[in-house]
Amino acid sequence: MTVALLQVSRRSWKRRRGWHHFWTVVTWVLALLLFFPVFWMVLTSFKTEGTAYTYPPQFVFRPTLSEYSQVFGGVNNFTKPLEHSIFVTLVSTGLVLVLAVPAAYALSIRPIKRWRFVIVFFLQTKMLPYVAALVPIFIVAKNLRLLNNEWALVILYTAMNLPIALWVIRSFFIELPKGLLEAARVDGASTWVEITRIIMPITMPGIAATALICAIFAWNEFFFAQSLTTTNPTMSVFLVSSIQTEGLYWAHLAAAATVASLPVVLAGWIAQKQLVRGLSMGALK
Amino acid sequence: MTRALRTKSLRRQDLKRLSAAGTALGMLAAVAVSTTASATTLKHPDASVTIKVAVVSNPNMEVLETLTPIFEQQNPGIKVEYDTLPEDSERQLIETDVTTHANEFNAVMISNYETPIWAKNGWLVNLSTFANADQSYDVGDLVSPLRQALSVNGDLYSVPFYGESSMMYYRTDLFKAAGLTMPTHPTWAQIASFAQKLDNPSKGIAGICLRGESGWGENLAALDTVINTYGGEWFNLKWQPQLTSAPDEAATNFYVNLVRKYGEPGASNDGFTECLNAFDAGKAAMWYDATVAAGVISTNAPKIFSNTGYAYAPVGPAGIASGWLYTWSLSIPAGTPDQAATWKYLSWATGPAILALQAKKYGWAAVNPGTRTSLYKNPNYQKAAGAFANITLDSIDAANPDHPTKSPVPYVGIQFVDIPEFIDLGTIVSDQISAAIAGTETVHTALTNSQQDAEDIVSANGL
Amino acid sequence: MTTLPSSLQQLPVGGKALPAANGLPQQVRPVVGPRAQAWKRRLPLLPALVYIVVVTQIPFIVTLWYSFRRWNLLIPGSNQFAGLAEYRAAFENPMFREAAWRTVEMTASSVVLAMLLGTGLAILVNRQFFGRGIVRTLLITPFLIMPVATDLLFKTTLYDATFGLLDWVLKPLGVGQVNWTGTHAVGSIVAVLVWEWAPFMMLIVLAGLQGENLEALEAAKVDGASSLKTFVYITFPQLRRYIQLGVLLGSIYIVQTFGEIFVITAGGPGTSTTNLPYFLYEQVFDNFTVGIGAAAGIIVLVLTEIVAGFALKLLSGILTASAAMA
Repeated sequence: MTVALLQVSRRSWKRRRGWHHFWTVVTWVLALLLFFPVFWMVLTSFKTEGTAYTYPPQFVFRPTLSEYSQVFGGVNNFTKPLEHSIFVTLVSTGLVLVLAVPAAYALSIRPIKRWRFVIVFFLQTKMLPYVAALVPIFIVAKNLRLLNNEWALVILYTAMNLPIALWVIRSFFIELPKGLLEAARVDGASTWVEITRIIMPITMPGIAATALICAIFAWNEFFFAQSLTTTNPTMSVFLVSSIQTEGLYWAHLAAAATVASLPVVLAGWIAQKQLVRGLSMGALK
Repeated sequence: MTRALRTKSLRRQDLKRLSAAGTALGMLAAVAVSTTASATTLKHPDASVTIKVAVVSNPNMEVLETLTPIFEQQNPGIKVEYDTLPEDSERQLIETDVTTHANEFNAVMISNYETPIWAKNGWLVNLSTFANADQSYDVGDLVSPLRQALSVNGDLYSVPFYGESSMMYYRTDLFKAAGLTMPTHPTWAQIASFAQKLDNPSKGIAGICLRGESGWGENLAALDTVINTYGGEWFNLKWQPQLTSAPDEAATNFYVNLVRKYGEPGASNDGFTECLNAFDAGKAAMWYDATVAAGVISTNAPKIFSNTGYAYAPVGPAGIASGWLYTWSLSIPAGTPDQAATWKYLSWATGPAILALQAKKYGWAAVNPGTRTSLYKNPNYQKAAGAFANITLDSIDAANPDHPTKSPVPYVGIQFVDIPEFIDLGTIVSDQISAAIAGTETVHTALTNSQQDAEDIVSANGL
Repeated sequence: MTTLPSSLQQLPVGGKALPAANGLPQQVRPVVGPRAQAWKRRLPLLPALVYIVVVTQIPFIVTLWYSFRRWNLLIPGSNQFAGLAEYRAAFENPMFREAAWRTVEMTASSVVLAMLLGTGLAILVNRQFFGRGIVRTLLITPFLIMPVATDLLFKTTLYDATFGLLDWVLKPLGVGQVNWTGTHAVGSIVAVLVWEWAPFMMLIVLAGLQGENLEALEAAKVDGASSLKTFVYITFPQLRRYIQLGVLLGSIYIVQTFGEIFVITAGGPGTSTTNLPYFLYEQVFDNFTVGIGAAAGIIVLVLTEIVAGFALKLLSGILTASAAMA
């Protein structure tokens, strides 16, 4: 595909080189502009509180690791929240996949009768405002003795991500070539074998892309994480706890934010091409 | 078929990259788990009791958390875990916990606002029995107005962590350069004229920094004191809201116009922290706010600190002493386990001994102010903090939440009204005031709306 | 072996090979009745369905339960049955209607702007140019950064009227010290939402662009069509489904926006940025009226379902076009 695109592009380059360079510059400017807040955040994390709160803002200063050393080694350091976040994200994402893949199968390849109704039902579970349900959920969690327990978050995040994962994975399954699945069926493959040996390997990029998106949402979730945990916080709550009520905190916050965002940012950077390819697998023709 | 082949070759490449990302995460997880595992086993081999404390994140609390290992050493068998969040989030968490009796926390950090209300609801443990039996705690040493504010029928339900009133900060160097002198007990009229003379937008210096941020504990705290000292009040004895009365309107007009004319830009979003920044960065000639800020300025902006002077909270036409009264305090929710162990922690965290511990590590100026008279008699403290210490103590002593206003009122509280409905009412009114400061509505409209809302709330709740 | 007539080919023979009419051996499945067949189809769906019903409907039912009671968290003993009183209170609250309108306003503008920006970026990034990988990496980052961090970052370092970067950068252009979250509150929030979600839209549209039919594109080039015409008549129809997907997903998330408002404007100044989730939050945590909060939540759920019903009907093109394989 890239080769064909290059051939087409080469012809147009020769004709419109000027435009090409113009748009390249525009793209770069936009990218730098949009990235700038992130750059500023990372820059601030290397300042002391005194230099973080200055006007005009300082771009050149003596960098220090004092805020990072607090994040890594201070009294409220990040190791416990990091562990909690990793656990909750990985387990809930894994659970989402285990539930969504067979369900997507049942809504696409060998659909049940009311598949439209089921899809709509799944999507509408995301329409109850979380905020209204907070006290009820809190009370249910309290009665189940799940307060301050990571499993409460695992359960909730799985439910929150399941409809989206189902929708996206289903859109991959319906693009599978019919011939392939017919052949499998004729060969007498059971449903299980059909899913694991034939369907999943082909749609793996799409499934992986979905998993990454679910992981991003789970990692970044804040509202329930704050409300349902106390001394077992996740990284998002850890970040908020660096805000001081009667003190200065920007530099410390920037350091904590950089550390908190780093795993997801790295994962996204490494897998971005796969993310796009995965999403395009669901070519909704 | 071609497509299937293409996807298969993509798969290997994709899987390689995705597994790289996954391995990275997995390694992080392994590291995290192993460090926490070793950390927990090394630190607390056999802690029998774990005290979970919910606290607000501010510098003084951070200091306490750093010093906590000392407590754990002195009390083997008790381990302390903190849940630290900024004020709004922490309040939300604590309120949900206490009102649904989830009892997730052994100790909670509340204030003189919640304490009387929750105590009367039976949600807090009566701490007088503990306190009176505990010699090291020295109940008698507590500053009187704070002790009263945290007591119901003479019984203590909450122990103060630090106490504050409000006062005027000003830049002695700027005053000197302009040939002005700040009286020790200024009036608001004097402050307004100082602000006018010192306001210098071209140099980026505001005449005065005042809270404008929405929040019943933000702009309303400062405004309430101005209303009080102008002779205004929230409710008269018949619980009729007085927000559109002449003194209330005069005070609000004064406050809003002062900050709009000579205050910092963007005032409608500025709370304590933003004004602290501005003052620390030298961008405000005066600042009216909590007495506890002095310690923070001394740590963060020593140069400004050496050029800072202090004056009592300004008074208005009614001449009433107008400093507010506030304290962050620790309390034990009713029905929680291990109350004796929790008291040990409370006693250590708010007792007289911890002040010396703080001083050793961070210097006397940063020590928890406003709770104990012994601190103010301590010569070391006088030396380091004398400039603001006496005004702080005096302001707290002069604060009278039982009689905050010129005319008698049915409520208690200087910068708030100590009723459960105040969080709702205060939020609505502070929103209106913030809009007036931002210029999106007039003061008159803001007060009329607020008056209407207050009347609605009164009738809805049968006050 | 005898050759069975084709009509009897489906009889249960436990997997033994039977020659078909053309003589080739054919393995047949044991025949199962239609009802059992239907259950076999449902089976893979059941774990997910049961899970989602249990985990989402229990809170829903509990919320519904509290919506019929007038529990005020601060008044002990107020957990009493109240019929429809809380619903009436929610409806009659003028803030509720204002918040509903604000939600529509902010969601629509954020989704549309994010999609426009995302589409533009996708088109730009789809080209081959120097440093394309780096640019794409930079562009997806806003979506990956923790939203809480983003909100605080914008509030403190960009929008602040005294110290903020935005005012500092715009100073040479003569713009004074603008109080962004005071005078342009809704715009400030929408700007943050667009910054956070445009990369997501970009990824989706980019996926659509990369799945394009290259033969059609080449044919257009050969025919001498301008890039604009190519885009409008060939690319865009193909992208339409992706854009619809992006709008659907984006709306589902953005309509629930809470963190940005909580952190940046606290619903103000006044109530100018109070949307429904924030309004609900205030009901529960400022007023402590769990009943009204729950009732308002149920009303919002019903309204959202009605609106989404219309939206999904529009999108039913996707559902029927991508009809399941039988």
